[in-house]
Amino acid sequence: MTDGAACADTFPKLLLRNAEYLADRPAMREKEFGIWQTWTWSEVLDEVRAFALGLKKMGLKRGDSIAIIGDNRPRLYWTFLAAQSLGAVPVPVYQDAVADEMVYVLKHAKVSFVMAENQEQVDKILTVSDKVKAIKEIIFDDERGLKNYGHGHIRSFVAVREVGRAELKKNAKAGERWLAEIGKGKGSDTSVILYTSGTTGESKGVQLTNSRCIEAASDTVKFDKIDENEVALAYLPLAWVGDYYLNFAQGMVAGFCLACPESPETVQEDLREIGPTFYFAPPRVFETLLTQIQIRMEDAGRFKRWLYQTFIDVAQRHGEDILNGKPVPLAGRLQYALGEFLIYGPLKNRLGFSRIRFAYTAGEAIGPDLFQFYRSLGVNLKQLYGQTEAFLYVTAQPDGEIHADTVGPAVPGVEIRIADDGEVQFKSPGMFIGYFRDKKQTAETMTKDGFVKTGDAGVFDHDTGHLKIIDRAKDVGKINDGTLFAPKYIENKLKFFPYIREAVAYGDGRDFCAVMLNIDLVAVGNWAERNNIIYASYQELAAHTGVYKIIEQSVDEVNRSLADELELAGSQIHRFLILHKELDADDGELTRTQKVRRGFIADRYGPLVKALYDGSNHFKISTEVTYEDGRKGEIKGEVKIVDMTPHPAQHRKEAAE
Amino acid sequence: MSAKAKKINGRAETILSIEDISLSFGGVQAIRNVSFNIKKREILAIIGPNGAGKTSMLNVINGFYHPQKGTITYKGEKCHDMRPHLAATQGIARTFQNVALFKGMSTLDNIMSGRALKMKQNVFWQMIYYGPAQKEELEHREFVERIIDFLEIQHIRRIPVGKLAYGLQKRVELGRALAAEPDLLLLDEPMAGMNSEEKEDMSRFVLDVNEELGTTIALIEHDMGVVMDLSDRIIVLNYGQKIADGTPDQVRNNAEVIDAYLGVKYD
Repeated sequence: MTDGAACADTFPKLLLRNAEYLADRPAMREKEFGIWQTWTWSEVLDEVRAFALGLKKMGLKRGDSIAIIGDNRPRLYWTFLAAQSLGAVPVPVYQDAVADEMVYVLKHAKVSFVMAENQEQVDKILTVSDKVKAIKEIIFDDERGLKNYGHGHIRSFVAVREVGRAELKKNAKAGERWLAEIGKGKGSDTSVILYTSGTTGESKGVQLTNSRCIEAASDTVKFDKIDENEVALAYLPLAWVGDYYLNFAQGMVAGFCLACPESPETVQEDLREIGPTFYFAPPRVFETLLTQIQIRMEDAGRFKRWLYQTFIDVAQRHGEDILNGKPVPLAGRLQYALGEFLIYGPLKNRLGFSRIRFAYTAGEAIGPDLFQFYRSLGVNLKQLYGQTEAFLYVTAQPDGEIHADTVGPAVPGVEIRIADDGEVQFKSPGMFIGYFRDKKQTAETMTKDGFVKTGDAGVFDHDTGHLKIIDRAKDVGKINDGTLFAPKYIENKLKFFPYIREAVAYGDGRDFCAVMLNIDLVAVGNWAERNNIIYASYQELAAHTGVYKIIEQSVDEVNRSLADELELAGSQIHRFLILHKELDADDGELTRTQKVRRGFIADRYGPLVKALYDGSNHFKISTEVTYEDGRKGEIKGEVKIVDMTPHPAQHRKEAAE
Repeated sequence: MSAKAKKINGRAETILSIEDISLSFGGVQAIRNVSFNIKKREILAIIGPNGAGKTSMLNVINGFYHPQKGTITYKGEKCHDMRPHLAATQGIARTFQNVALFKGMSTLDNIMSGRALKMKQNVFWQMIYYGPAQKEELEHREFVERIIDFLEIQHIRRIPVGKLAYGLQKRVELGRALAAEPDLLLLDEPMAGMNSEEKEDMSRFVLDVNEELGTTIALIEHDMGVVMDLSDRIIVLNYGQKIADGTPDQVRNNAEVIDAYLGVKYD
């Protein structure tokens, strides 16, 4: 159902088209009282029309903005359409934000209407109502607990819809006038304002236009061959660009069915019942699922464990090749088919992945093992790279060209380039028109020739030409010989080895790259036990010669893989040391979310960093530590520093240029 | 809340009144000459130190214990003591201090069991299942699903109750009590053993039950913050005697209550 998208340049127009051509096909499902309820496209049109007329009667006008706050509920999605049909701009707000956080967005977007999911959200708005005076009307979906709120300016969705229905009954022309109102909508109108999560300062309102959204969605609908037969589970936050793109925009363009879970806690179960045909989740979700599988398998009987292990091994050998359409020996195919019947099929069914044609992950680096695990089971998991400013997609992996360490080539219609300082810049059909009421930021983010700066540093993979994201641009530096230095990229590579728990890489403005490591006490402890090594503490184990040997192997592996990469071959690790204590958030060395604070560590262990670069092989250090109860102590120790021999770069720079 | 409290104390009719009740076990006098009433649609809290006779009082109300002296008037009918089955059929439901659920059964089945008294079809039809029994089952299931929705426990619908966290078990127990569509709901320490987030959730459910369903609630609770916030009226027991009866404000300033239970003035 992609044809016809071109002539409909707004989402309400697409709704009219879907209601005409796909009238009796399901548009929305929601599980209520334990049963899946379905709305067809024509029923959705009825609901949206009545609700929109109700809103109009209440005074919502072209150019107003309406905040939408709540979980994924059909009526909240209909609010998007109803508002857009009147020319108003929907502004979804993160539903788990506390009231004070909401104030900024509500004020900045000049919100006059609020659509709230339930009592919790209405209460939040009411507590800050004196700070946001512009709010005129609050509408709520779930009536529970709101019985006594029902006065002038707080009304239920049903009440507003009934106002619209009464209007339709009373006035024969009301429906036509609504259609005329939709007709007035232009592709260049703002479709939605999405506020960025604001990890770097105040959040910014990204303005996306109708025609750009629809064009971008049409491109990816073609790219992934999406049609009206797909089913998706809408569980991503409404305020996140991913939901507006993957579920709302693609759903409107392709005309497929969007299913809303019963509650945020039932997503896993609803997934199994619905069996979506495409799925998106951040790497963390895939990781949790795998851990759950592994824990359950540990608890299973010996035979089942054997069966699982045997066929997972088969999948590791042949699964990905089969998925990628590569030649696989007949015996391998037969084993895989048996595995599909005995293990992979039931497992995918359990996870709700049985019908998945493709799944995407994005947001952070996904471990290659994790990525390959799902792909080997036959789940077509792919990576994409995107931004709110791009209306999500910048790159995506096409079927058959999947590599764990790249995010794929630019999607059709998108242009990418890498600036001199290594920053990825793009130009895309769906890209934003500017930050709402923030010309300065808009000017800072756009280049003169109309590209958007992502703030991420990346390189193109030498063999495939796919984009590889290496770090946030501001963390990326240069080694003295001019080589690009991306600390997080190196640290992530090191951390994929089970023996290494934390890594801190230095190299910006220095002669070479050097790292400080923490060993993983569980994994290395296990190794020590198997090798009859006796130790009393982390410090003792970390200083053991044998431990240095195994860590040296891991570091060497990292160097070998860096040597393969044109731009990064020069940032191979020349020297490393294993810290005498574990990095700890109590000492301020990690953030509370367990990210290393590179700058702080450099100050605190200044002498060690110096030793990394002055050629010495031993260093005596004493460090103050904070115990959990706040008492301070001191750890003294001698740290060994190991020299590594870098591998020769595989691609000579001159050859590539 | 205060507006509502005034209305209740002023005109509302009494759903249950306790007159001059005394209860003893051998030589132990658990309750001495206690009288009070519960008004329709109010939330009444019964507080007091351990062993003050709070749970005994609830047990008298729903007929577990039979007092030696005094009368109970429920919905205008006067009697010397209650019987548990009578209490249940006439609209008194309760939860227990230590969760009393069927641990091996799912949340759904546990709440369904609360509908048992409402099932009209006899064993014969229930064995055949198809026909009237199925129709009845569907109606009850719908009612139970509404409770599940109300208490936001959809995600544990099919999980055996024994596997659930304690706070959730308490919520399921409240669900089972609600399944009986009670007029008077007795809650024995609904927040005991909960963390502050769970307490907040539970408080919201108790208020919602009271406001949305119009159920009268009598509860025993030790968390004074919860009691002061939730209740319209508080009764204080000490050594089986009633020492105070009034609004949260009156009770928190009552010298005898401070002395016997609160220890310090509670703001």
